[in-house]
Amino acid sequence: MPRRLLRDGQVVEDDWLILGDAGTGADIGTDAPLIVPFEQWQADRARWLERPGRLGVILAPADPVESLIPDLSRFALLGAEFPNPSEGRGYTQGRLLRERWHFGGELRARGYVRRDHLFLLARCGFNSFELPDGEIDEARSALFTFSAAYQPSNDAGLLAPLAHR
Amino acid sequence: MYRYDPIDQTLVDERVAQFRDQTRRFLAGELTDDEFRHLRLRNGLYIQTHAPMLRVAIPYGLLSSRQLRALGSIARRYDRGYGHFTTRQNLQYNWPKLETVPDILAELAAVEMHAIQTSGNCIRNTTSDHLAGVAPDELEDPRPWCEIIRQWSTFHPEFTYLPRKFKIAVSGASRDRAASLVHDVGVHLVRGPAGEPGFRILAGGGLGRTPVIGQIVREFLPREHLLSYLESVLRVYNREGRRDNIHKARIKILVRTLGIEEFRRRVEADWELNREKSPRVSEADIVRMRGYFAPPDYRTLPDSDPAAGKSAPFRAWYRYNTAEHKIAGYRAVYVSLKKPDVAPGDATDAQMELIADLADRYSFGEVRVTHSQNLVLADVEQAKAHELWRVLDEAGLATPNIGTLTDMICCPGLDFCSLANAGSIGVAKSINERFDDYDYLYDLGEIDIKMSGCMNACGHHHVGNIGILGVDKSGEEWYQITIGGSAGADAALGSVIGPSVPKADVPETLARLLQVYLERRLPEERFVETVRRLGVKPFKERVYAATAAA
Repeated sequence: MPRRLLRDGQVVEDDWLILGDAGTGADIGTDAPLIVPFEQWQADRARWLERPGRLGVILAPADPVESLIPDLSRFALLGAEFPNPSEGRGYTQGRLLRERWHFGGELRARGYVRRDHLFLLARCGFNSFELPDGEIDEARSALFTFSAAYQPSNDAGLLAPLAHR
Repeated sequence: MYRYDPIDQTLVDERVAQFRDQTRRFLAGELTDDEFRHLRLRNGLYIQTHAPMLRVAIPYGLLSSRQLRALGSIARRYDRGYGHFTTRQNLQYNWPKLETVPDILAELAAVEMHAIQTSGNCIRNTTSDHLAGVAPDELEDPRPWCEIIRQWSTFHPEFTYLPRKFKIAVSGASRDRAASLVHDVGVHLVRGPAGEPGFRILAGGGLGRTPVIGQIVREFLPREHLLSYLESVLRVYNREGRRDNIHKARIKILVRTLGIEEFRRRVEADWELNREKSPRVSEADIVRMRGYFAPPDYRTLPDSDPAAGKSAPFRAWYRYNTAEHKIAGYRAVYVSLKKPDVAPGDATDAQMELIADLADRYSFGEVRVTHSQNLVLADVEQAKAHELWRVLDEAGLATPNIGTLTDMICCPGLDFCSLANAGSIGVAKSINERFDDYDYLYDLGEIDIKMSGCMNACGHHHVGNIGILGVDKSGEEWYQITIGGSAGADAALGSVIGPSVPKADVPETLARLLQVYLERRLPEERFVETVRRLGVKPFKERVYAATAAA
C-alpha cells in the first residue's frame, strides 16, 4: 500500500521514494522524485545532483543544516527525522530553513511524528507530515489547536493565520 | 499586576481543550503510558508515589487575591485541603485525580492561570525577586520583563522539546533574591556604559547532580534585543546540548564542555544573523507592560516604629518577618509557611483563603510567593502591622523565623516524590524540635538550611548555608551535610563536611556546627562568612571527633 501523508492539510499518497526504503535500492530509476538521507547525500553529492528527477534530503537531528545551503535551490523537498518523541532539533532545522534561508519547497517531518506535535512543527515551517496511518485522517484538526500565538514565527505549515498582539 | 487580554485567554482556554482531549484519549486507551507521559509532562502533571502531582504556574510568584482564593478552593474540592508552594514560586497539588485534571485546568483558566510548561524539557516558569517593585535596593522592577519572557517562552514553537528543562530567573536588585546564579539563564537588569538600561546575561548555572554557578555570556545587552538574544542562547543549546544522557543534558554541561568563551562565540554568531529578524521589544511594548505593574495608590505616610511599646512576640515578628519598603510608612510582610509541625511551604485551603482576604484588606489585593517557600504581603502600612500580625498569629502564619535557621527550604521528599531517597519533611520536623528556642535562633542570626531528598536537588541543598542531602544506604536514610553555600549575589556551592550521618543524628550534627560558629564568630559575622573565613576543618573536626568519642 502506498504511503499516505498529510501535506498542506490534505491526506495524499506520497509521490516521493525514499532511498533505503524497501524497493528503493541503488538501481532506482532516474526520474522519480527521490529523498536521500543526508549521509548518502554528503557521500555522493555530485551523483545526486546529476540525477534529473526531483531531489529531496532528510536530515538526522545532528546533521548540520547549514551544509545544505549552497545547493538549496536544487531541493524540492527537505525534511527532518524525529527518532523519538522528545527529539527537538528538527524544530530548529525547520525554522532556520524557512526563516534564515527562505526555503520554499516541501518541508517534511518524519519518524516519531504524532498529531500532538503538528501544531508546533507547522509553526516551524513543516508542511508535510508522515504520521501513523491510523492517525492520519483525524490529524488535520491538530493544525487548528491554537488560534493565537505570542511569538512571531514563519507558520508556513498552518492553514489559517494566527492572531498576534 | 498583569491581566489577560483576549490573546492570553484564548491560549489558556485552547490549552485546556487540548489537554482534555489528550487525557480522554489516554483514558480510552488510545495513547500508551509513554505517549501520554510526553504530553502531560509539558502540562505540569507528574505521576508520583501516591497519585498524580499537578504543578500550577505562578508567573514570577505573583498572585491576585482572587487567584489565591481559587487555589484554595481547588485544594479543598479536588485535593486534600492543602497545596505546597515550591522554591520556584509555583504551587503543587499532591493528590488530584487524573480524570479531574482537565477540570482543574479549566478552573485555573477562569482566573487567568495555567500549568503550562511547569514540567518537561521546555522553558519553565520565569522566576524573580519576591520583593520586586518594593525593595529599596532595586534598580528597576523586573516584573514587566518577566512577563515579556513568560509570553515569549509560552508554546515557543522551536523550544518545546529541549534536551532538558530550562529555567530563567530575572533580578533587578543588588541583592539577588531570585537565585539567578543557579539558573540555566540569569537575567540581571543593569545600566550600560552611558547609563542606558539593558541586561547582563548569564548562563550555565544550576544545581542537581552537578552544581555550577552561572557565568556571564554578555556583560551588556540593549534591552530591545532581550528576546532575540535569549532565542540564540536557546538555539545553541537546543542544537548542541547532549540528549544521550539525562544527567549531562542541562545547559551547564554544554557551557562547561565548550568553555564560556566558545559558548559565547556560538551564541553571538547566531545572534548576528538573528537580531534584526527576531522579536524586538519595542518602546511601546515596554510602556504597555510597565503599565500593568504600576505602583498601587500608596498613601502619604510617615515612617514609624510600630514595634515600640508592643509585646515581645510582636516585636520579634516585626523584626524578622517584615522587610524594608521603598515607600515611607509601608513594610513588606512575610507570611510564614514554616510552622514547626507543618511541611515547609504547605498551606491549607482555609489559610489560602484567609491570606487572600488579608491581601485585600492590607496589601492592595496581591500576594507573592518567595523562593524560600513563604508568602509576602508586599504593601502593608506600618501602622496596620500589629492588627495584621494578630490575625496571622491566630492562623499559625506568624512563626517569627524568616531568615533564621528554621526557615528551611525543603523538597517534598520521600513522603510524596517517587525520586526521593529520604523523608526530608521528617528531618525538617526533627530540626524544628531540636531548635525551638527563639533566643538561640535569633542569636544565630541570618542562616539558611536547604534540604533535598535526593541529588536532583529540588531543595537547593548545594547553595544552603547548611545543605542537607538525603542519600540511600542499603535501604536506610542517611544525610550528607554541606556548609558555606549561598544562593545570593555572593553565590557559592557548599563544601561537604565528611561522611553522611544517620537520620537520627542530623539535629545533633547541626548543633555541633552551630557551636563552632558561636564560639568563633567575629562581631556581626554571619554563619556563612565564618565558614568562609575558617574553612571547613574546624567544623568537620567538631562533628566527627564527637562521633568518634561517643
